[in-house]
This record gives sequence, structure tokens and C-alpha cells, in this order.
Amino acid sequence: MKQRIELLVNGEYHELYVAPNTLLINVIREELQLTGTKYGCGTGQCGGCTLLVDGEPVLGCLTLAVAVDGAAITTIEGVAAVDGTLDKVQEAFLDNNAVQCGYCTPGMVLMAKDLLRRNPHPSEADIRHHIKGNICRCTGYNGIVRAVKAAAERQIEGDANANG
Amino acid sequence: MQTVEYLKPADMNELAALMQQYAARATFIAGGTNLIPDMRSGRHRPEVLLDIGDLKAMNAIALNDDHLSIGAAATIARIAADATVNAHCPILAAAAAKLGNPLTRNRATIGGNLANASPCADTAPPLLSLEALVEIMDVKGQQRQVPLDKFFRGYKWTDLAPGEVITRIVVPKPSSGMQGGHTKLGLRKAAAICVASVAVMLEKENDHIAKARVAFGSVAPKPIRAYRLEAFFEGKAADATLLSQCEPILQQEIAPISDIRGSEAYRRQVTAVIFKRNLQELLWS
Repeated sequence: MKQRIELLVNGEYHELYVAPNTLLINVIREELQLTGTKYGCGTGQCGGCTLLVDGEPVLGCLTLAVAVDGAAITTIEGVAAVDGTLDKVQEAFLDNNAVQCGYCTPGMVLMAKDLLRRNPHPSEADIRHHIKGNICRCTGYNGIVRAVKAAAERQIEGDANANG
Repeated sequence: MQTVEYLKPADMNELAALMQQYAARATFIAGGTNLIPDMRSGRHRPEVLLDIGDLKAMNAIALNDDHLSIGAAATIARIAADATVNAHCPILAAAAAKLGNPLTRNRATIGGNLANASPCADTAPPLLSLEALVEIMDVKGQQRQVPLDKFFRGYKWTDLAPGEVITRIVVPKPSSGMQGGHTKLGLRKAAAICVASVAVMLEKENDHIAKARVAFGSVAPKPIRAYRLEAFFEGKAADATLLSQCEPILQQEIAPISDIRGSEAYRRQVTAVIFKRNLQELLWS
């Protein structure tokens, strides 16, 4: 029997009816057609399905949709501004060639957002530690680490400009 | 994934009522990081899921006079970061920080890690060396506490009867003289399943080892306490020759298998190495 759940996805309210065994990633990708979130291993090892649920990064492939009833979810589609202006992390990923095939990128960007929220001045070790659950098979990670570092610097600059 | 009924009790009273109603038909879910892959592969086919993940009482971490109480649904990420856990049981926090990856740690729980009873359960060796107790609630709402070592009965086999749930983990506060060490060896630094791990709690009195608690992971059908090894060290002077003398006992205590992550011979050798390193660190540095 389907159960009624409510989700706030990228600021938009959704009332959904889902079977209890429906995975969150399937609701996001199939019901809501937000296909930026990627399906990879399906066993919690690759990080392709990373989503922010009430601000915490979790794996969409290991989470039941019914278990997050009432949650606010951010997918990669919700990172840029509504008018399409890219987030500083997204800009930094483009500028630092942090993207090759792009499959891991949504997860990487969300993990970078999460890291910078907790720690605005991450060291290289902090960055590498934080993306340990997100596998990239193209870039060798160096571009990604550079991008996160650059995004942190831009964020600090941005804040300084806003304050000054 | 097969169809399943899903219920999320709002508090412990509601949970007790649902446990009584569904009894052995109930399977408990919190983070789901073990259960969902098992359900997807068909290894586990639960009829009714009771979601205990958000229960307030099961998420509490509290320091009491003589023990630390950790709710079964406390996430691994929280345990790794929690100030009280870090202050009183740093080896548990250290082991939690090495479990899986940041994403799984955000959902995985300590109760789930123990209930799954894998020989490589990362929180098990530190909790064994801390002589933790598992508090279990049965379908009638009765509570009992079981020493973790008795809780693990065999490979993925625990003291939990069908329909029973872990409510919290009780960790006796180590005495101020106790010092701990923990090493997890994986095939890589990130998101690694344990190949061998060791947790040691040691108390030195002058030059003697007054108390030793030793536990191993991934080298037996279940996480184990090494009682004979502990007895060997207790009362002895902290002498470097102990390191070589203890080896035959250590090899008797462990019973590793060969699998995709390492051979039996490798596990035997490397377990001795990581154990001795911890001992050296605790006794002489």
C-alpha cells in the first residue's frame, strides 16, 4: 500500500504517494524527474546518488523515501540560483577542470557545499577526507580538490566584499 | 525490492505496542545502510519494518556517574564527533570515524553496526575492550543487559531473539588510569572494509600492567575478546620481551579466514603487528 509523504525539494513542496520500499533516489529521479542525481553502484559505495537531506549528505540509494517524510532536500538542481547563476562551488569546478565525464560531479559539488558550510577554511587533507565516499574514475581527484580549495577562497573573498 | 509494510513509532510506548503486535514479524530499521542492500539483494525479506531511527530516547548520548549511555540509533557520524564520547571513550570515537565513508556514517547507527554482527563491525572491538553492555528490549517491553562479548554468538548471529531490539549501549566509564589504542587496517584509506583491527585498553601501575583488555575484528567468525592474551599481560612487568612472548597466545586466540581482502597467513601476521604497535605505544611512548 502506498503511503503519503511530503518533501520540500529545492524549495518546492511535493505531496507524493510512494510504496514503502521505494528508494529516495527513485523518487527524485523518476517521480520528480530530477535526473542530476546519479545512480551508480546502488550499494552505498560510490556516492553518485548524494543528496542533502535536512542539510546532511546522505545516499539516495540506501534511504527509503518514507523514512525522510517531511524533510527538506537539496539536489544538484537546487545549487545554482533560480535565475541560473552558478554557485561559487560550481564556478570553481568549471574553472579548475574538475569535471570529465561528470557522473560524480553532482555528488562532489554537494559534498563540497557541505564541507564549506562546516569548515570555510578546509585544508587539502580535509577536502580529501570529506569526499572519501564519492568515487571519481576520471579526474584523479586533483582537479576536484583544487576546485574546492578555490571555492573556499572565493567564498571568503565574497564574504569580505559583502561585508566591506 | 519486495513489498514491505513500514511503520514509524513516535515514541518508546508506541514502539513497545508495535513490537507486541508484530512480534517476530518485525524487522527494525534505522539508517538502513546494511538492511537496504540486503533487502535489495533478497538476502533479507522483512514483512514489517519498524523505523526506530528518529526515536528521541534511542538517539540520546548521556554521561552518568559510572557509565556512558549511547542510544542504539545514534549515528556513527555523531559518535565520531561527540565531545563526551571523545573525552571518555576516544577509541570508540576513533573507530567510528573510520567506519565506511562520510555518507554512510551520516545514516549508519551503532545499534545497527552491532545487530548486524559482522566480524568486521568497526565499533565492536573498541566496545568489547571497553566491556560495553547491550541493552535489549523484548516484545513484552522487558529490558535486559547483555555483555557485548556474550551478545555476539557467532557469524552474524547475536543474542537478539526475533522481535527484539537494541535500545542502547552502556559503556562503563574507564578508570582514569586506563589508556586505549585502536588500529583498523583496510586495503585503502577510504571507505574500506576492515581486514584486521585491534582495540586495547591498558592500565599501568608503576612498571606493571594492572589491567589489559584486548579485542580483535575481522580475524574470527565474530568480533572477539582475547581473554588469554589479557591474562598473559596482567600483573606482568612492562618489559619489551612481552612483545615476542605474547605472539603464540595471540595466534591461538584468533582464527582468521582467507577471503578477497586477505589470506589467513597475512591476517595472522598483520594482526600481531598492529597489536604490538598499540602495546608499544601504550607502554613506552
